[in-house]
Amino acid sequence: MGDLIQIVVAKYNYWIYITLMMIGLYAMIVKNNLVKKIVGMNIFQTAIILFYVSTGAKRGATIPILEHGHGEHGAGAHMIHAVDYINPLPHVLMLTAIVVAVATLGVALALAIRVYNRYDTLEEDEILAQIREK
Amino acid sequence: MSQQYPALLVIVPLLSALVISAAGWINKRLCFPIAVAALGAAAYSCIGLLLRVLEEGAIVYRFGGWDPPMGIAYYVDHLNGLVLVVVSVVAFLNLIASKKSIELELPDKTAPFYALYVLQVTGLLGIVATGDAFNLYVLLEITALSGYAMLAMGKDRAQLSTLNYLYMGTIGACFYLLGVGYLYIVTGSLNMVDIANILPPLYESKAVLGAFIICLVGVWIKMAFFPLHAWLPNAYTHGPSAASSLIAPLVTKVMIYVMIRLILTVFTPEFAFNVLAVSKPIVWLAVAAIFMGAILALAERNLKKMLTYIIVAEVGYMVGGAWLGNRAGMTGAILHIVNDALMTLCVFLVVGNIAYKLKGYAFDDLKGLVRKMPFTMGALVIGGLSIIGVPPTCGFFSKWYLISGAIQAGQYAFMVALLFSSLVNVVLFFRVIEICYYEPFSNAHGHDHHPEPMAEAPLTMLVPLFIVAVGLILVGLYTGDIVNNVIEFAIPKSIV
Repeated sequence: MGDLIQIVVAKYNYWIYITLMMIGLYAMIVKNNLVKKIVGMNIFQTAIILFYVSTGAKRGATIPILEHGHGEHGAGAHMIHAVDYINPLPHVLMLTAIVVAVATLGVALALAIRVYNRYDTLEEDEILAQIREK
Repeated sequence: MSQQYPALLVIVPLLSALVISAAGWINKRLCFPIAVAALGAAAYSCIGLLLRVLEEGAIVYRFGGWDPPMGIAYYVDHLNGLVLVVVSVVAFLNLIASKKSIELELPDKTAPFYALYVLQVTGLLGIVATGDAFNLYVLLEITALSGYAMLAMGKDRAQLSTLNYLYMGTIGACFYLLGVGYLYIVTGSLNMVDIANILPPLYESKAVLGAFIICLVGVWIKMAFFPLHAWLPNAYTHGPSAASSLIAPLVTKVMIYVMIRLILTVFTPEFAFNVLAVSKPIVWLAVAAIFMGAILALAERNLKKMLTYIIVAEVGYMVGGAWLGNRAGMTGAILHIVNDALMTLCVFLVVGNIAYKLKGYAFDDLKGLVRKMPFTMGALVIGGLSIIGVPPTCGFFSKWYLISGAIQAGQYAFMVALLFSSLVNVVLFFRVIEICYYEPFSNAHGHDHHPEPMAEAPLTMLVPLFIVAVGLILVGLYTGDIVNNVIEFAIPKSIV
C-alpha cells in the first residue's frame, strides 16, 4: 500500500493526465449528446497537452532564457547547465497541438450545428430513431 | 531546382490553397486552373524526386538548413518516393475527373472545395515525405481536418457520419501524439532516424513498448483497421463523389505507409518482429478484418457502400502483409499500397460517373446501365477484375506476393482469408456486372424495341478514368520492374 502511494505521489503529473484522459474518453463513449461528446474529445486532447507540458518541467529549474547571453560577460563566460532550465521543446510543440485542438473543436461544433439544423436535436438516439423512420 | 523538390511538393500546394480561397472571391473559374497547376507541379516534383532517389539513393532535405536532430528534415527514400508518386498522381487525375461532378454537386462551394482539396493533398504528401515524428502529427491533422470539411459537404447523413469520423479520427491522432510523447521522453528526439539510432539499448524499456503500441493503435484507428473501422463506411458513402474518390484511395493507404515507416525506420524491424512477439496476433486481426470486410460488403445493396467495405478488407491485406515479418509479405504490402490506391480510385471514379448521370448508386438504379454508359462500365469491369486479382491486372501480383509471404511465414489462416476474400469479390463484382449487363433498364419494362440511348459521362470524366483503367493493367505488366528497382531497395536487408 505504501509503495503504491509513493508511486502515485512521485509521478502525480502522469496520474492526473491519465485521469483526465479517461474522463474525456468516458464522455465520448457514454454521453448521448453530440456536444457533450465534443467536450469529452476536447478534455482528451487537453490531457495530452498537459502530459507534454509536465514532461518539460524540472524541480528547481527556471525559464529557458540565458540571462548573461550578451554584454561584457559574453556567452562563454558562464557555463550553461541544462539542469538549470526547464525543457522548452515540449511547450513549443504543444503550441501547435493547441492550434490543432482549436481547429478540430471548431470543425466539430460547425458539424454539430449542421446536424442540429437537420434533425432539430443533438441527442444521438433521437437522431438515429429519425434516420430509422425514413 | 531539383534540389528543392522535397520542399516544393508541400509548399506549392499549401500556398496555392491560400491563393485558391482568395481567387474564389474574385472569380470562381480561376480556382480550378490554379488547383490543376499546383497539383501538376506537385506531381512533377514527386516524379522527379523518385527518379533522383533511383539514381543516387535516399535524399535528406533540411528545412532552413538546420541539421536533423534540431531542425525538421524531409527524408525521401525508395519507399516514400514510390508512395509520393502514387499520391500525387492519383490526386491529380481525380481532380481533373471531378471538375464536372463538383460543379454539379456543390455549385456554390467550388472555391472552398478546391482549397480544401489542395490542402488535403498537401497534408498527405507531407505525411509521406517528412522525417520528423511530430511534423507527421501536424500534417496528419491537416489531412484529417480538410477531409472532414470535404466529406461533410455531402447530402443526407453526411454531417452526422463525418462527426463520427471526427471523433474517431481525433482519438487516433491523439494516440499517435501520445506515443510520440513517450518516445520523446525516452530518446529526447523527434527525428525518425535519430530515434532509431538511440532506441536499440532501450528495447526492453516499458515506455518504448507503450509508445509503440499507442502509436500503432492510433494509426490503426486512422486507417480503419477492422475492430476500429466503424467510422469509415458511412463517412465515405455520404460524402460528395469528388471527396470520396480522393479520400478513399489515399488516406487509408497513406496510413498504411505510416505504419510501415514506424516498423521499418522508427522502431526498426528487429524490434517490431523479434523483440516483440505480436506479429501473430496482428496477422490474426488482419484475417478477421478481411473476413468481416468481405462479409459486410456482401450484405450491401448499394454500390458505393459495398466498395467502402472492400476498403476495410483491403486494409486487412496490407496490415497482415506488413506483419508477416518476411520480405515477400512486406513487398506485397508496399506493392498493394500502389495497386489498391489505383484500384480504389478506378471504382470510385466509376461511382462518381454514375452519380453524375443517375443521382443514385443503389443496385436497383444500375439495371441495364451498360447500354447507357458502356465505357464507365468497362472501367468498372477492369477495376473489379483487379480487386478480385485476375492476372494481367495489378491486383493479382500484390496478392501473389502476400500469399507467398503467408506461406513462407506459415500463417495459413492469412492465406485462406486472402483466397476467401478473392472469392467474395468475384461474387460482389459479378453480381454488379450481371445487374448492369443483363437486367433490362428500369424504365424500359423489358421491351427491346426502344433501346436506351447512350448517355455517357462527359469526356473530362471519362479520359482520367480510362487512364486509370489502363494504368491498372500497365502497373500489372510492369510489376517486376517496380519490385526490382524500387521496392527491393525500400525494405531493409535484415528482413529476409
